[in-house]
Amino acid sequence: MSAKTLMRGTHVLGEAAIRSGCRAYFGYPITPQNELPEYMSSAFAKMPDAVFVQAESELASINMVIGASCTGARVMTSSSSPGVSLKQEGISYLAAMELPAVIVNMMRGGPGLGNIAPAQSDYFQATRGGGHGDYRVIVLAPAYGQEIADMTRQAFDLADKYRTPVMILGDGMMGQMMEPVIFPDPVDVNALPAKDWALTGAKDRPSRIIRSLWLDPPKEEELNWRLVRKYEVITEDITDQEIYLCDDAEIVIVAYGTAARIAKGAVHRVRSQGVKAGLYRPKTLWPFPSHELAAMSKDLHHILVFEMSAGQMVEDVRLSVEGRCPVSFYGRPGGVVSTPEEIAGVLNSLGANVVKKSA
Amino acid sequence: MSLKIIFSGFGGQGVLMMGYVLAFAGMNEDKHVTFLPSYGAEVRGGTANCTVVVSDEEIASPIASAPEFVVAMNYPSMIKYQNMVKSGGVMFLNSDLISEEPSRGDINLFRAPVNTLAHDMGADRSLNMVMLGIVAAKTGMVSREALLLAIEKVLQGKKKSLIEMNQKALEAGMNFATENN
Amino acid sequence: MKKIFSRPKSLKDVPFHYCPGCGHSVIHRLVCEVIDELGIQDNCIGVPPAGCAVLAYNYFDVDMCEAPHGRAAAVATGIKRMLPDRVVFTYQGDGDIAAIGTAETIHAANRGERVTSIFVNNAVYGMTGGQMAPTTLPGQVTTTSPGGRSPLRDGNPLDLSAMLALAAGSVYIERTTVANPKGVNRTKKAIRKAFQVQMEDKGFSLVEILSPCPTNWKMTPTASIHWVEETMSKIFPIQVIKDVA
Repeated sequence: MSAKTLMRGTHVLGEAAIRSGCRAYFGYPITPQNELPEYMSSAFAKMPDAVFVQAESELASINMVIGASCTGARVMTSSSSPGVSLKQEGISYLAAMELPAVIVNMMRGGPGLGNIAPAQSDYFQATRGGGHGDYRVIVLAPAYGQEIADMTRQAFDLADKYRTPVMILGDGMMGQMMEPVIFPDPVDVNALPAKDWALTGAKDRPSRIIRSLWLDPPKEEELNWRLVRKYEVITEDITDQEIYLCDDAEIVIVAYGTAARIAKGAVHRVRSQGVKAGLYRPKTLWPFPSHELAAMSKDLHHILVFEMSAGQMVEDVRLSVEGRCPVSFYGRPGGVVSTPEEIAGVLNSLGANVVKKSA
Repeated sequence: MSLKIIFSGFGGQGVLMMGYVLAFAGMNEDKHVTFLPSYGAEVRGGTANCTVVVSDEEIASPIASAPEFVVAMNYPSMIKYQNMVKSGGVMFLNSDLISEEPSRGDINLFRAPVNTLAHDMGADRSLNMVMLGIVAAKTGMVSREALLLAIEKVLQGKKKSLIEMNQKALEAGMNFATENN
Repeated sequence: MKKIFSRPKSLKDVPFHYCPGCGHSVIHRLVCEVIDELGIQDNCIGVPPAGCAVLAYNYFDVDMCEAPHGRAAAVATGIKRMLPDRVVFTYQGDGDIAAIGTAETIHAANRGERVTSIFVNNAVYGMTGGQMAPTTLPGQVTTTSPGGRSPLRDGNPLDLSAMLALAAGSVYIERTTVANPKGVNRTKKAIRKAFQVQMEDKGFSLVEILSPCPTNWKMTPTASIHWVEETMSKIFPIQVIKDVA
């Protein structure tokens, strides 16, 4: 393990990626995540076996990711909302070709060019596949600097294990913020499990094809069902969440990433004012951690979903809760960051209603 | 204990550096810290601010809706942040650039001519460390030793004289705060 | 008896799906002959496109990674950068390389990627059914230029190879044809040289091959050959466009 260091989120992600065996990075500049490609370019300049290319576009960079992933390398690209929209073509292909890759989205305000302030309005895009076709991308949502480091390692491992693209979904604020981090030891790239599907030249073996075209519908259907079965296994294996002060809670706030930290601050405030509030923080957004939330929902008076968007994850929460308790939403889209005080106010007003109802 | 502080001013006053050194020192005292800088277009306008939280427990929100402390290095920053300070909190004002007073009476003020103090010791650019010394002495967020070490670590690789100058500026600030209680 | 004709080792023993008179089969064979002659079958990675040649991996017996439409140069960049000692080639049609993939191709050339592009130009979108391509000639009738391509409305044919020649990182670019035996021989030489340029680590190389498409041109194979020689090659002259190898 490394010594404790104070680093901004984008740099934490870059360092963690390198320590996870990432040896290829392809990207295109966009605020607020430019410090990540900058970190990769300077770090890789000192590593003869590593490749950094600043591509001419997001499209080119995600397709370079496809090429590098084909060879068996651990590869990453990063961007922010508008750029990630452009990458969706390649992400769909990665899913279909069953190629591992790590894609980082440091979300900013949208739609369109939006702004560069932190936001969470790409939840639908991230968790519903994002591009064309029937597929999903594993989506990890860190909330702390240390978690950025840990989830980056996890992202590369999951991508390889399931041969699937993995997205790390952060936001502009998370990328800029510095927190103390302890890095895990670097992996030995040569000791990683061999990829018996990689394209390296057909030396002493039959030639290999990596493809996504299956003109024969039954063949394409077969691929789709294979992906579905894989997604079922992933859902079973990796779904994860933080459950905080929920044991005696009457109101639970559901939030992820930066919003979850603001929500946690709000929970502290209202607890000190006598409202029994807790926090449920999904750490995997796809697969969404439905099970624990569903289980606790029958004992709750209310669930409040808080997002830095106009309401996206709230749909997954409602699907999980299936009407067992009321679910309401509070959000600020467009890059506006709520304060814990503001969220505490919302919780308090719900708390008052809960008291009234039970009286 | 969990204390939040916003440092604000214009570009070139070393506002982000103040926050970074404070957070670094807090980390080395094994405290939980967050350092949240302003970024992007906001920075291009010439203003700078950052929020630092130093806490004995895990930090929930790195955003300070009502910080205990605010440092305003220039007048626009005082106007921008005066209403955010927690009631009973402290606003540190650079009195060389701010002659006005915030328009509320429920906060404490500490005024210090940090440009002058830095200039008098031949270290014009170290005004940020003078202010940080004042903040440290008044708030007790982190220890003097931790700050001195943080300056050394943060400026690692720079000229020794620069490190010493910044450390001296920090101590000058601490002394000023003690003498002007 | 002396054997004078046999299937290249790197060409799989399966029948082609291409239309009668189409140039792809010949070009596939030429690429495979060059791969055999250079002895790189086990050291070679190909990137087929979206288009008629999308199924190229059914014929080339080398490792192959399909690229999204137009992105072959970017995919090839990713492969080559990770495995610099492998020979990496793309195989693309004119719609793929000169319309939707223009940016990827120009920037790969400009970076001097050590990859080789086989650019099959038949002046039409073949697989989708004969729509107007960036290379469609003025006046040429296609399913989306039913009155003939109008330069004022549709622009003129894009000479991508000439554009690529301007890029500092391109080293060898030649335009040939497979519409006649002489052209076939010259094409093979060009492909061989393009691969060699890559293997000598010199930069980006490309061979543009004018290739008949009788089906979508709605001509007989013989008429198609004449059309390449007499009409198409007036707009796209057979020549070495750049050679600084």
